[in-house]
Amino acid sequence: MGTIWVHAETKDGQVSSITLELLAKARELGDVVAVHAGNDAEAAAAELGAHGASRVLTAGDLDGGLVGPALASAMAGVVDSEAPSAILFGTTYGGRDVAGRLSVKLDAPVITNVVDLIDDGGLVGVEPVFGGTTNVRTRFTSGKPGIFLVRPKSFTAESIDGGPAEVSEIPIPDLGNSGGAKITSQFVEESDGPKLDEAAIVVSGGRGLGEAEKYHLVEDLATKLGGAAGASRAIVDAGWVPYSYQVGQTGKVVKPDVYIAAGISGATQHMVGMKGSKTIIAINKDPEAPIFSIADLGIIGDVHKVLPALLEALEG
Amino acid sequence: MKVAVCVKQIPDPADPGELDIETKTLKRDVKLILDESDSYGVEMALQLVGEDGEVVLVSMVPNNERNGLNNALAMGADSAVLVSDDALAGTDALGTAKVLAAAIRRIEPDLVLAATESSDGYTGTVPEQIAELLELPSVTFAKEVSIADGSVSVKRQTEEGYDEVSCPLPALVSVTAGVVEPRYPSFKGIMAAKSKPVEELTISDLGIDSSQVGWSGGGQEIVSIEPAPEREAGEVIEDEGDGHERIIAFLEELKVI
Repeated sequence: MGTIWVHAETKDGQVSSITLELLAKARELGDVVAVHAGNDAEAAAAELGAHGASRVLTAGDLDGGLVGPALASAMAGVVDSEAPSAILFGTTYGGRDVAGRLSVKLDAPVITNVVDLIDDGGLVGVEPVFGGTTNVRTRFTSGKPGIFLVRPKSFTAESIDGGPAEVSEIPIPDLGNSGGAKITSQFVEESDGPKLDEAAIVVSGGRGLGEAEKYHLVEDLATKLGGAAGASRAIVDAGWVPYSYQVGQTGKVVKPDVYIAAGISGATQHMVGMKGSKTIIAINKDPEAPIFSIADLGIIGDVHKVLPALLEALEG
Repeated sequence: MKVAVCVKQIPDPADPGELDIETKTLKRDVKLILDESDSYGVEMALQLVGEDGEVVLVSMVPNNERNGLNNALAMGADSAVLVSDDALAGTDALGTAKVLAAAIRRIEPDLVLAATESSDGYTGTVPEQIAELLELPSVTFAKEVSIADGSVSVKRQTEEGYDEVSCPLPALVSVTAGVVEPRYPSFKGIMAAKSKPVEELTISDLGIDSSQVGWSGGGQEIVSIEPAPEREAGEVIEDEGDGHERIIAFLEELKVI
Protein backbone atom coordinates (compact mmCIF):
# COMPACT_ATOMS: atom_id res chain seq x y z
CA MET A 1 0.00 0.00 0.00
CA GLY A 2 2.71 2.44 -1.01
CA THR A 3 4.85 4.37 1.41
CA ILE A 4 4.30 4.30 5.17
CA TRP A 5 5.87 7.03 7.29
CA VAL A 6 6.92 6.14 10.81
CA HIS A 7 7.71 8.86 13.35
CA ALA A 8 11.17 7.87 14.58
CA GLU A 9 11.92 8.94 18.14
CA THR A 10 15.57 8.71 19.09
CA LYS A 11 17.91 9.78 21.84
CA ASP A 12 21.65 10.04 21.24
CA GLY A 13 21.29 7.76 18.22
CA GLN A 14 19.27 5.13 20.12
CA VAL A 15 15.89 4.36 18.60
CA SER A 16 12.96 4.16 21.07
CA SER A 17 11.19 0.83 21.51
CA ILE A 18 7.81 2.15 20.32
CA THR A 19 9.49 3.27 17.08
CA LEU A 20 10.90 -0.21 16.53
CA GLU A 21 7.44 -1.68 17.17
CA LEU A 22 5.92 0.63 14.57
CA LEU A 23 8.63 -0.23 12.04
CA ALA A 24 7.88 -3.94 12.46
CA LYS A 25 4.23 -3.37 11.55
CA ALA A 26 4.88 -0.76 8.88
CA ARG A 27 7.16 -3.02 6.85
CA GLU A 28 4.32 -5.55 6.58
CA LEU A 29 2.21 -2.82 5.03
CA GLY A 30 4.50 -1.07 2.56
CA ASP A 31 7.78 0.75 1.95
CA VAL A 32 8.91 2.28 5.21
CA VAL A 33 10.31 5.77 5.57
CA ALA A 34 11.33 7.02 9.03
CA VAL A 35 10.58 10.67 9.77
CA HIS A 36 12.74 12.22 12.44
CA ALA A 37 13.83 15.35 14.26
CA GLY A 38 17.09 15.80 16.16
CA ASN A 39 20.81 15.87 15.43
CA ASP A 40 21.32 12.09 15.58
CA ALA A 41 19.76 10.83 12.33
CA GLU A 42 23.08 9.49 11.00
CA ALA A 43 23.75 7.68 14.26
CA ALA A 44 20.26 6.13 14.24
CA ALA A 45 20.24 5.21 10.53
CA ALA A 46 21.77 1.76 11.02
CA GLU A 47 19.22 0.66 13.62
CA LEU A 48 16.30 2.18 11.70
CA GLY A 49 17.51 0.37 8.57
CA ALA A 50 17.97 -2.91 10.41
CA HIS A 51 14.31 -2.71 11.39
CA GLY A 52 13.05 -2.07 7.90
CA ALA A 53 13.28 1.65 7.09
CA SER A 54 14.82 2.31 3.69
CA ARG A 55 15.15 6.05 4.24
CA VAL A 56 15.20 8.60 7.04
CA LEU A 57 13.79 12.06 6.46
CA THR A 58 15.19 14.26 9.21
CA ALA A 59 14.24 17.79 10.16
CA GLY A 60 17.59 17.99 11.95
CA ASP A 61 18.42 19.79 15.17
CA LEU A 62 15.52 21.72 16.74
CA ASP A 63 17.71 24.18 18.64
CA GLY A 64 15.70 23.86 21.85
CA GLY A 65 12.32 24.03 20.13
CA LEU A 66 9.64 21.46 20.86
CA VAL A 67 9.18 18.70 18.31
CA GLY A 68 5.43 19.27 17.63
CA PRO A 69 5.26 22.40 15.46
CA ALA A 70 8.72 21.93 13.91
CA LEU A 71 8.42 18.36 12.69
CA ALA A 72 4.75 18.73 11.71
CA SER A 73 5.65 21.71 9.50
CA ALA A 74 8.60 19.89 7.97
CA MET A 75 6.43 16.82 7.28
CA ALA A 76 3.61 18.89 5.79
CA GLY A 77 6.17 20.49 3.47
CA VAL A 78 7.09 17.20 1.81
CA VAL A 79 3.87 15.22 2.16
CA ASP A 80 2.81 15.93 -1.43
CA SER A 81 6.12 14.98 -3.02
CA GLU A 82 6.68 11.92 -0.81
CA ALA A 83 3.01 10.88 -0.89
CA PRO A 84 2.80 8.54 2.13
CA SER A 85 -0.46 6.58 2.34
CA ALA A 86 -0.27 6.36 6.13
CA ILE A 87 1.68 8.08 8.90
CA LEU A 88 2.26 6.17 12.14
CA PHE A 89 3.05 7.80 15.47
CA GLY A 90 3.58 6.24 18.87
CA THR A 91 1.33 7.50 21.67
CA THR A 92 4.13 9.42 23.38
CA TYR A 93 4.50 12.97 24.65
CA GLY A 94 6.20 14.01 21.41
CA GLY A 95 4.24 11.79 19.03
CA ARG A 96 0.90 13.20 20.11
CA ASP A 97 2.12 16.77 19.61
CA VAL A 98 3.39 16.13 16.10
CA ALA A 99 0.27 14.18 15.10
CA GLY A 100 -2.05 16.92 16.41
CA ARG A 101 -0.21 19.71 14.64
CA LEU A 102 0.10 17.69 11.42
CA SER A 103 -3.59 16.86 11.36
CA VAL A 104 -4.42 20.58 11.24
CA LYS A 105 -1.76 21.24 8.59
CA LEU A 106 -3.22 18.51 6.36
CA ASP A 107 -6.80 19.08 7.53
CA ALA A 108 -6.88 15.32 8.08
CA PRO A 109 -8.23 13.43 11.10
CA VAL A 110 -6.20 11.26 13.46
CA ILE A 111 -7.23 7.79 14.54
CA THR A 112 -5.99 7.49 18.12
CA ASN A 113 -5.32 4.75 20.70
CA VAL A 114 -4.75 2.22 17.94
CA VAL A 115 -3.77 -1.28 19.08
CA ASP A 116 -3.80 -2.96 15.67
CA LEU A 117 -3.67 -2.01 12.01
CA ILE A 118 -5.35 -4.07 9.31
CA ASP A 119 -4.72 -3.77 5.58
CA ASP A 120 -8.19 -4.07 4.13
CA GLY A 121 -7.68 -2.27 0.85
CA GLY A 122 -7.34 0.86 2.97
CA LEU A 123 -5.74 0.82 6.36
CA VAL A 124 -8.13 0.13 9.26
CA GLY A 125 -7.25 1.05 12.86
CA VAL A 126 -8.51 -1.00 15.80
CA GLU A 127 -9.20 0.98 18.98
CA PRO A 128 -10.42 -0.39 22.31
CA VAL A 129 -13.19 1.57 24.05
CA PHE A 130 -15.11 1.18 27.33
CA GLY A 131 -12.23 -0.26 29.26
CA GLY A 132 -11.23 -2.60 26.47
CA THR A 133 -14.54 -4.45 26.43
CA THR A 134 -15.33 -3.25 22.91
CA ASN A 135 -13.17 -2.84 19.82
CA VAL A 136 -14.00 -0.20 17.23
CA ARG A 137 -12.54 -0.44 13.74
CA THR A 138 -12.16 2.85 11.89
CA ARG A 139 -10.91 3.80 8.45
CA PHE A 140 -10.27 7.08 6.71
CA THR A 141 -12.52 8.29 3.92
CA SER A 142 -10.88 11.60 3.09
CA GLY A 143 -8.28 10.33 0.62
CA LYS A 144 -5.58 12.11 2.62
CA PRO A 145 -2.69 10.30 4.31
CA GLY A 146 -4.09 8.40 7.30
CA ILE A 147 -2.61 9.58 10.59
CA PHE A 148 -2.56 6.90 13.29
CA LEU A 149 -1.50 7.24 16.94
CA VAL A 150 -0.54 3.76 18.06
CA ARG A 151 -0.28 2.55 21.64
CA PRO A 152 3.02 1.10 22.88
CA LYS A 153 3.36 -2.69 22.90
CA SER A 154 0.80 -3.15 20.15
CA PHE A 155 3.40 -4.79 17.91
CA THR A 156 6.58 -6.77 18.52
CA ALA A 157 9.85 -5.16 17.50
CA GLU A 158 12.13 -7.36 15.45
CA SER A 159 15.27 -6.64 13.45
CA ILE A 160 15.38 -8.00 9.90
CA ASP A 161 19.04 -7.08 9.46
CA GLY A 162 18.29 -4.51 6.79
CA GLY A 163 21.11 -2.23 5.64
CA PRO A 164 21.41 1.32 6.97
CA ALA A 165 18.66 3.73 5.98
CA GLU A 166 19.57 6.54 3.63
CA VAL A 167 19.38 9.91 5.41
CA SER A 168 18.07 13.05 3.77
CA GLU A 169 17.10 16.37 5.29
CA ILE A 170 13.71 18.02 5.14
CA PRO A 171 13.55 21.76 5.82
CA ILE A 172 11.63 23.28 8.72
CA PRO A 173 9.64 26.26 7.39
CA ASP A 174 9.41 29.48 9.42
CA LEU A 175 7.16 28.56 12.35
CA GLY A 176 6.11 32.08 13.34
CA ASN A 177 4.46 32.24 16.78
CA SER A 178 3.81 28.49 16.84
CA GLY A 179 7.49 27.76 17.40
CA GLY A 180 7.80 30.08 20.41
CA ALA A 181 8.20 27.42 23.13
CA LYS A 182 11.84 26.67 23.98
CA ILE A 183 13.36 24.05 26.25
CA THR A 184 15.62 25.85 28.72
CA SER A 185 16.82 22.80 30.64
CA GLN A 186 16.25 19.06 30.79
CA PHE A 187 16.02 16.88 33.87
CA VAL A 188 16.39 13.14 34.00
CA GLU A 189 14.59 11.61 36.95
CA GLU A 190 16.92 8.82 37.97
CA SER A 191 15.23 5.51 38.30
CA ASP A 192 17.14 2.34 39.02
CA GLY A 193 14.69 -0.05 37.45
CA PRO A 194 13.21 -0.47 33.99
CA LYS A 195 10.76 1.98 32.45
CA LEU A 196 7.11 1.45 33.32
CA ASP A 197 5.98 0.67 29.77
CA GLU A 198 8.95 -1.59 29.04
CA ALA A 199 9.26 -3.52 32.30
CA ALA A 200 8.68 -7.29 32.38
CA ILE A 201 7.15 -6.91 35.83
CA VAL A 202 4.92 -4.05 36.95
CA VAL A 203 3.62 -3.52 40.47
CA SER A 204 0.87 -0.90 40.73
CA GLY A 205 -0.82 0.62 43.72
CA GLY A 206 -4.23 2.17 44.16
CA ARG A 207 -6.56 3.80 46.63
CA GLY A 208 -6.57 0.64 48.76
CA LEU A 209 -3.14 1.64 50.05
CA GLY A 210 -5.00 4.18 52.15
CA GLU A 211 -2.43 6.94 52.20
CA ALA A 212 0.44 8.30 50.10
CA GLU A 213 3.01 7.19 52.69
CA LYS A 214 2.17 3.55 52.01
CA TYR A 215 3.07 3.74 48.32
CA HIS A 216 6.64 2.77 49.18
CA LEU A 217 5.36 -0.81 49.66
CA VAL A 218 4.58 -0.88 45.95
CA GLU A 219 7.94 0.64 45.03
CA ASP A 220 9.82 -1.72 47.30
CA LEU A 221 8.14 -4.77 45.76
CA ALA A 222 8.80 -3.48 42.24
CA THR A 223 12.47 -2.96 43.07
CA LYS A 224 12.72 -6.37 44.71
CA LEU A 225 11.30 -8.06 41.60
CA GLY A 226 13.37 -5.96 39.19
CA GLY A 227 10.22 -4.34 37.84
CA ALA A 228 8.65 -0.91 37.61
CA ALA A 229 6.11 0.78 39.89
CA GLY A 230 2.82 2.07 38.53
CA ALA A 231 -0.37 3.60 39.87
CA SER A 232 -4.10 3.85 39.34
CA ARG A 233 -5.58 7.13 38.22
CA ALA A 234 -7.21 7.66 41.61
CA ILE A 235 -3.92 8.09 43.44
CA VAL A 236 -2.38 10.15 40.63
CA ASP A 237 -5.37 12.51 40.78
CA ALA A 238 -4.95 12.61 44.54
CA GLY A 239 -1.36 13.75 44.04
CA TRP A 240 0.32 10.75 45.73
CA VAL A 241 2.50 10.03 42.70
CA PRO A 242 3.17 11.92 39.42
CA TYR A 243 1.18 11.42 36.21
CA SER A 244 4.10 9.52 34.69
CA TYR A 245 3.21 6.59 37.00
CA GLN A 246 -0.35 6.29 35.75
CA VAL A 247 -1.41 3.02 34.16
CA GLY A 248 -4.70 3.16 32.29
CA GLN A 249 -6.73 4.46 29.44
CA THR A 250 -5.37 7.90 30.23
CA GLY A 251 -1.75 7.30 31.10
CA LYS A 252 0.42 4.38 30.11
CA VAL A 253 -0.56 1.09 28.57
CA VAL A 254 1.55 -1.74 29.91
CA LYS A 255 1.84 -5.35 28.83
CA PRO A 256 4.34 -6.92 31.19
CA ASP A 257 4.81 -10.65 31.79
CA VAL A 258 3.49 -10.14 35.32
CA TYR A 259 1.26 -7.34 36.58
CA ILE A 260 0.61 -7.06 40.29
CA ALA A 261 -2.31 -4.79 41.24
CA ALA A 262 -2.21 -3.84 44.92
CA GLY A 263 -5.27 -2.11 46.35
CA ILE A 264 -6.68 -1.41 42.91
CA SER A 265 -10.37 -2.17 42.45
CA GLY A 266 -10.18 -2.24 38.65
CA ALA A 267 -12.07 0.72 37.21
CA THR A 268 -12.51 0.29 33.44
CA GLN A 269 -10.17 3.25 33.02
CA HIS A 270 -7.40 1.24 34.72
CA MET A 271 -8.16 -2.17 33.19
CA VAL A 272 -7.76 -0.98 29.62
CA GLY A 273 -4.20 -0.02 30.45
CA MET A 274 -3.12 -3.39 31.83
CA LYS A 275 -5.44 -6.17 30.70
CA GLY A 276 -2.99 -7.09 27.94
CA SER A 277 -0.53 -8.26 30.62
CA LYS A 278 0.48 -11.90 30.26
CA THR A 279 -0.29 -12.71 33.90
CA ILE A 280 -2.21 -10.64 36.42
CA ILE A 281 -2.05 -10.93 40.20
CA ALA A 282 -4.48 -8.84 42.22
CA ILE A 283 -4.63 -8.10 45.93
CA ASN A 284 -7.77 -6.35 47.18
CA LYS A 285 -9.89 -6.62 50.27
CA ASP A 286 -13.16 -6.27 48.38
CA PRO A 287 -14.18 -9.69 47.00
CA GLU A 288 -16.45 -7.89 44.52
CA ALA A 289 -13.60 -5.82 43.05
CA PRO A 290 -13.77 -6.02 39.22
CA ILE A 291 -10.01 -6.59 39.03
CA PHE A 292 -10.61 -10.19 40.20
CA SER A 293 -12.57 -10.91 37.04
CA ILE A 294 -9.40 -10.64 34.96
CA ALA A 295 -6.79 -11.79 37.51
CA ASP A 296 -5.01 -15.12 37.10
CA LEU A 297 -4.40 -15.12 40.83
CA GLY A 298 -6.61 -13.04 43.11
CA ILE A 299 -5.92 -12.59 46.81
CA ILE A 300 -8.84 -11.25 48.83
CA GLY A 301 -6.92 -9.56 51.59
CA ASP A 302 -5.45 -6.41 53.06
CA VAL A 303 -2.53 -4.97 51.09
CA HIS A 304 -1.12 -3.66 54.36
CA LYS A 305 -0.66 -7.24 55.49
CA VAL A 306 0.03 -9.08 52.24
CA LEU A 307 2.64 -6.68 50.82
CA PRO A 308 4.86 -6.50 53.94
CA ALA A 309 4.67 -10.29 54.31
CA LEU A 310 5.58 -10.68 50.65
CA LEU A 311 8.52 -8.31 50.99
CA GLU A 312 9.76 -10.07 54.08
CA ALA A 313 9.53 -13.47 52.45
CA LEU A 314 11.39 -12.27 49.37
CA GLU A 315 14.08 -10.84 51.65
CA GLY A 316 14.85 -14.26 53.09
CA MET B 1 -4.61 38.46 32.48
CA LYS B 2 -7.34 36.45 30.82
CA VAL B 3 -7.27 32.65 30.77
CA ALA B 4 -9.55 30.49 28.65
CA VAL B 5 -10.06 26.95 29.96
CA CYS B 6 -11.40 24.18 27.75
CA VAL B 7 -13.81 22.05 29.74
CA LYS B 8 -15.65 18.94 28.65
CA GLN B 9 -18.90 17.74 30.12
CA ILE B 10 -19.00 13.97 29.99
CA PRO B 11 -21.15 11.07 31.15
CA ASP B 12 -20.08 9.97 34.63
CA PRO B 13 -17.09 7.61 34.08
CA ALA B 14 -18.54 5.38 36.81
CA ASP B 15 -21.51 4.88 34.47
CA PRO B 16 -20.02 5.35 31.02
CA GLY B 17 -23.01 4.24 28.97
CA GLU B 18 -22.57 2.52 25.65
CA LEU B 19 -22.25 3.02 21.94
CA ASP B 20 -25.47 3.03 19.95
CA ILE B 21 -24.76 0.44 17.25
CA GLU B 22 -27.30 2.04 14.92
CA THR B 23 -26.07 5.61 15.04
CA LYS B 24 -22.48 4.78 16.07
CA THR B 25 -22.59 7.59 18.61
CA LEU B 26 -22.43 7.53 22.36
CA LYS B 27 -25.78 7.12 24.05
CA ARG B 28 -25.99 10.30 26.06
CA ASP B 29 -29.13 9.77 28.09
CA VAL B 30 -27.31 10.35 31.36
CA LYS B 31 -26.62 13.59 33.18
CA LEU B 32 -23.29 15.09 32.19
CA ILE B 33 -20.65 16.07 34.72
CA LEU B 34 -17.46 18.12 34.55
CA ASP B 35 -14.63 15.87 33.37
CA GLU B 36 -12.45 15.53 36.45
CA SER B 37 -9.38 15.99 34.22
CA ASP B 38 -10.59 19.52 33.48
CA SER B 39 -10.96 20.50 37.11
CA TYR B 40 -7.16 20.78 37.26
CA GLY B 41 -7.14 23.32 34.41
CA VAL B 42 -9.91 25.33 36.08
CA GLU B 43 -8.05 25.36 39.39
CA MET B 44 -4.76 26.21 37.67
CA ALA B 45 -6.42 29.12 35.86
CA LEU B 46 -7.96 30.46 39.08
CA GLN B 47 -4.57 30.35 40.78
CA LEU B 48 -2.73 31.97 37.86
CA VAL B 49 -5.09 34.93 37.36
CA GLY B 50 -5.36 35.77 41.08
CA GLU B 51 -7.67 38.56 42.16
CA ASP B 52 -7.86 40.78 39.10
CA GLY B 53 -7.69 38.34 36.22
CA GLU B 54 -10.48 36.65 34.34
CA VAL B 55 -11.21 32.96 33.75
CA VAL B 56 -13.47 32.09 30.83
CA LEU B 57 -14.66 28.52 30.26
CA VAL B 58 -15.14 27.11 26.78
CA SER B 59 -17.25 24.02 26.26
CA MET B 60 -18.85 22.16 23.39
CA VAL B 61 -21.79 20.01 24.39
CA PRO B 62 -25.12 18.68 23.08
CA ASN B 63 -28.32 20.56 23.96
CA ASN B 64 -26.69 23.46 25.82
CA GLU B 65 -26.24 21.23 28.83
CA ARG B 66 -24.45 23.01 31.61
CA ASN B 67 -24.45 20.81 34.68
CA GLY B 68 -20.68 20.30 34.50
CA LEU B 69 -20.12 23.89 33.46
CA ASN B 70 -21.98 25.10 36.54
CA ASN B 71 -19.57 23.15 38.68
CA ALA B 72 -16.58 24.96 37.14
CA LEU B 73 -18.36 28.32 37.47
CA ALA B 74 -19.06 27.51 41.10
CA MET B 75 -15.34 26.85 41.60
CA GLY B 76 -14.81 30.49 40.63
CA ALA B 77 -14.57 30.86 36.83
CA ASP B 78 -16.06 34.21 35.73
CA SER B 79 -18.02 33.29 32.61
CA ALA B 80 -18.45 30.64 29.95
CA VAL B 81 -18.92 30.19 26.23
CA LEU B 82 -21.08 27.19 25.39
CA VAL B 83 -21.27 25.84 21.86
CA SER B 84 -24.16 23.55 20.98
CA ASP B 85 -25.49 22.60 17.59
CA ASP B 86 -27.35 19.58 16.19
CA ALA B 87 -24.80 19.55 13.36
CA LEU B 88 -22.05 18.69 15.89
CA ALA B 89 -23.25 15.11 16.55
CA GLY B 90 -20.45 12.71 15.62
CA THR B 91 -17.79 15.42 15.48
CA ASP B 92 -14.25 14.04 15.85
CA ALA B 93 -11.24 15.54 17.63
CA LEU B 94 -10.19 17.78 14.74
CA GLY B 95 -13.73 19.12 14.30
CA THR B 96 -13.97 19.70 18.04
CA ALA B 97 -10.68 21.59 17.94
CA LYS B 98 -12.01 23.79 15.13
CA VAL B 99 -15.11 24.68 17.13
CA LEU B 100 -13.20 25.34 20.36
CA ALA B 101 -10.52 27.36 18.53
CA ALA B 102 -13.17 29.55 16.92
CA ALA B 103 -14.79 30.15 20.31
CA ILE B 104 -11.43 30.90 21.95
CA ARG B 105 -10.54 33.36 19.18
CA ARG B 106 -13.50 35.54 20.26
CA ILE B 107 -12.27 35.56 23.86
CA GLU B 108 -8.72 36.71 22.96
CA PRO B 109 -7.11 35.12 26.03
CA ASP B 110 -3.48 35.48 27.13
CA LEU B 111 -3.38 31.79 27.96
CA VAL B 112 -5.43 28.76 26.95
CA LEU B 113 -5.51 25.83 29.36
CA ALA B 114 -6.77 22.31 28.64
CA ALA B 115 -6.43 18.86 30.13
CA THR B 116 -4.03 16.52 28.36
CA GLU B 117 -6.95 14.34 27.34
CA SER B 118 -10.60 13.83 28.18
CA SER B 119 -11.67 10.92 30.34
CA ASP B 120 -14.21 9.63 27.81
CA GLY B 121 -12.75 10.20 24.35
CA TYR B 122 -9.07 10.34 25.41
CA THR B 123 -7.68 11.11 21.98
CA GLY B 124 -5.24 13.58 23.56
CA THR B 125 -4.88 15.52 20.31
CA VAL B 126 -7.36 18.39 20.78
CA PRO B 127 -5.10 20.80 22.73
CA GLU B 128 -2.32 20.65 20.16
CA GLN B 129 -4.83 20.93 17.31
CA ILE B 130 -6.33 24.06 18.93
CA ALA B 131 -2.85 25.58 19.27
CA GLU B 132 -2.09 24.92 15.60
CA LEU B 133 -5.43 26.37 14.49
CA LEU B 134 -4.81 29.52 16.56
CA GLU B 135 -1.14 29.64 15.47
CA LEU B 136 -0.10 29.61 19.11
CA PRO B 137 2.96 28.07 20.72
CA SER B 138 2.05 25.27 23.10
CA VAL B 139 3.42 23.19 25.91
CA THR B 140 1.61 19.92 26.55
CA PHE B 141 1.78 17.61 29.59
CA ALA B 142 2.56 20.37 32.09
CA LYS B 143 3.22 19.28 35.65
CA GLU B 144 3.98 22.80 36.92
CA VAL B 145 3.01 26.18 35.46
CA SER B 146 4.02 29.74 36.37
CA ILE B 147 3.68 33.09 34.64
CA ALA B 148 6.06 36.05 34.70
CA ASP B 149 6.96 38.92 32.37
CA GLY B 150 4.66 37.96 29.53
CA SER B 151 5.78 34.38 29.30
CA VAL B 152 4.75 31.07 30.76
CA SER B 153 7.24 28.65 32.32
CA VAL B 154 6.31 25.01 32.37
CA LYS B 155 7.78 21.81 33.68
CA ARG B 156 6.82 19.42 30.92
CA GLN B 157 6.63 15.68 31.47
CA THR B 158 9.04 13.67 29.28
CA GLU B 159 9.80 9.95 28.96
CA GLU B 160 12.91 10.36 31.13
CA GLY B 161 11.89 13.09 33.54
CA TYR B 162 10.89 16.61 32.65
CA ASP B 163 11.92 19.61 30.55
CA GLU B 164 11.73 23.18 31.68
CA VAL B 165 10.08 25.06 28.83
CA SER B 166 9.63 28.79 28.43
CA CYS B 167 7.05 30.17 26.06
CA PRO B 168 5.90 33.74 25.22
CA LEU B 169 2.21 34.54 25.72
CA PRO B 170 -0.31 34.09 24.25
CA ALA B 171 0.13 30.34 24.42
CA LEU B 172 -1.68 27.07 25.10
CA VAL B 173 -0.75 24.73 27.93
CA SER B 174 -2.21 21.29 28.65
CA VAL B 175 -2.02 20.19 32.28
CA THR B 176 -1.71 16.69 33.67
CA ALA B 177 -3.92 15.43 36.49
CA GLY B 178 -2.82 16.04 40.06
CA VAL B 179 -0.85 19.25 39.30
CA VAL B 180 -2.99 21.30 41.67
CA GLU B 181 -5.69 20.44 44.17
CA PRO B 182 -9.05 21.43 42.65
CA ARG B 183 -11.12 23.35 45.17
CA TYR B 184 -14.61 22.24 46.11
CA PRO B 185 -17.23 24.81 45.19
CA SER B 186 -18.42 26.72 48.25
CA PHE B 187 -22.13 27.31 48.87
CA LYS B 188 -21.54 30.95 47.97
CA GLY B 189 -19.81 29.86 44.78
CA ILE B 190 -22.69 27.58 43.84
CA MET B 191 -25.20 30.39 44.33
CA ALA B 192 -23.02 32.89 42.44
CA ALA B 193 -22.62 30.47 39.50
CA LYS B 194 -26.30 30.78 38.70
CA SER B 195 -25.97 34.42 37.70
CA LYS B 196 -22.66 34.22 35.84
CA PRO B 197 -22.78 34.99 32.11
CA VAL B 198 -22.95 31.96 29.82
CA GLU B 199 -22.90 32.81 26.13
CA GLU B 200 -24.67 30.17 24.03
CA LEU B 201 -23.43 29.86 20.47
CA THR B 202 -24.13 27.75 17.41
CA ILE B 203 -21.56 26.88 14.77
CA SER B 204 -22.89 29.52 12.40
CA ASP B 205 -22.21 32.12 15.13
CA LEU B 206 -18.62 30.92 14.92
CA GLY B 207 -18.49 31.02 11.13
CA ILE B 208 -18.10 27.26 10.89
CA ASP B 209 -19.80 25.42 8.07
CA SER B 210 -21.64 22.21 8.96
CA SER B 211 -19.59 20.31 6.34
CA GLN B 212 -16.52 20.74 8.58
CA VAL B 213 -18.05 19.01 11.59
CA GLY B 214 -20.32 16.08 12.44
CA TRP B 215 -20.04 12.70 10.78
CA SER B 216 -19.48 14.09 7.28
CA GLY B 217 -16.71 16.44 8.43
CA GLY B 218 -14.68 13.69 10.07
CA GLY B 219 -13.11 12.09 7.03
CA GLN B 220 -13.32 8.74 8.74
CA GLU B 221 -15.89 6.06 9.32
CA ILE B 222 -16.46 3.29 11.79
CA VAL B 223 -16.25 -0.04 9.99
CA SER B 224 -17.37 -2.21 12.89
CA ILE B 225 -17.99 -2.30 16.62
CA GLU B 226 -17.42 -5.64 18.26
CA PRO B 227 -16.83 -7.06 21.72
CA ALA B 228 -13.17 -7.55 22.57
CA PRO B 229 -12.01 -11.05 23.51
CA GLU B 230 -12.72 -11.55 27.21
CA ARG B 231 -10.03 -12.38 29.67
CA GLU B 232 -10.96 -15.17 32.03
CA ALA B 233 -10.72 -15.01 35.77
CA GLY B 234 -8.29 -17.42 37.41
CA GLU B 235 -8.13 -18.54 40.99
CA VAL B 236 -9.37 -16.20 43.69
CA ILE B 237 -8.54 -17.06 47.27
CA GLU B 238 -9.12 -15.47 50.66
CA ASP B 239 -5.99 -14.39 52.51
CA GLU B 240 -5.68 -16.31 55.75
CA GLY B 241 -2.17 -15.17 56.48
CA ASP B 242 -0.82 -17.26 53.60
CA GLY B 243 -1.69 -14.91 50.71
CA HIS B 244 1.94 -13.90 50.21
CA GLU B 245 3.00 -17.54 50.03
CA ARG B 246 0.51 -18.17 47.25
CA ILE B 247 1.89 -15.22 45.34
CA ILE B 248 5.46 -16.43 45.79
CA ALA B 249 4.53 -19.93 44.64
CA PHE B 250 2.84 -18.42 41.61
CA LEU B 251 5.85 -16.22 40.79
CA GLU B 252 8.12 -19.25 41.11
CA GLU B 253 5.86 -21.17 38.76
CA LEU B 254 6.22 -18.30 36.28
CA LYS B 255 10.00 -18.42 36.84
CA VAL B 256 10.00 -14.77 37.80
CA ILE B 257 11.84 -15.55 41.05
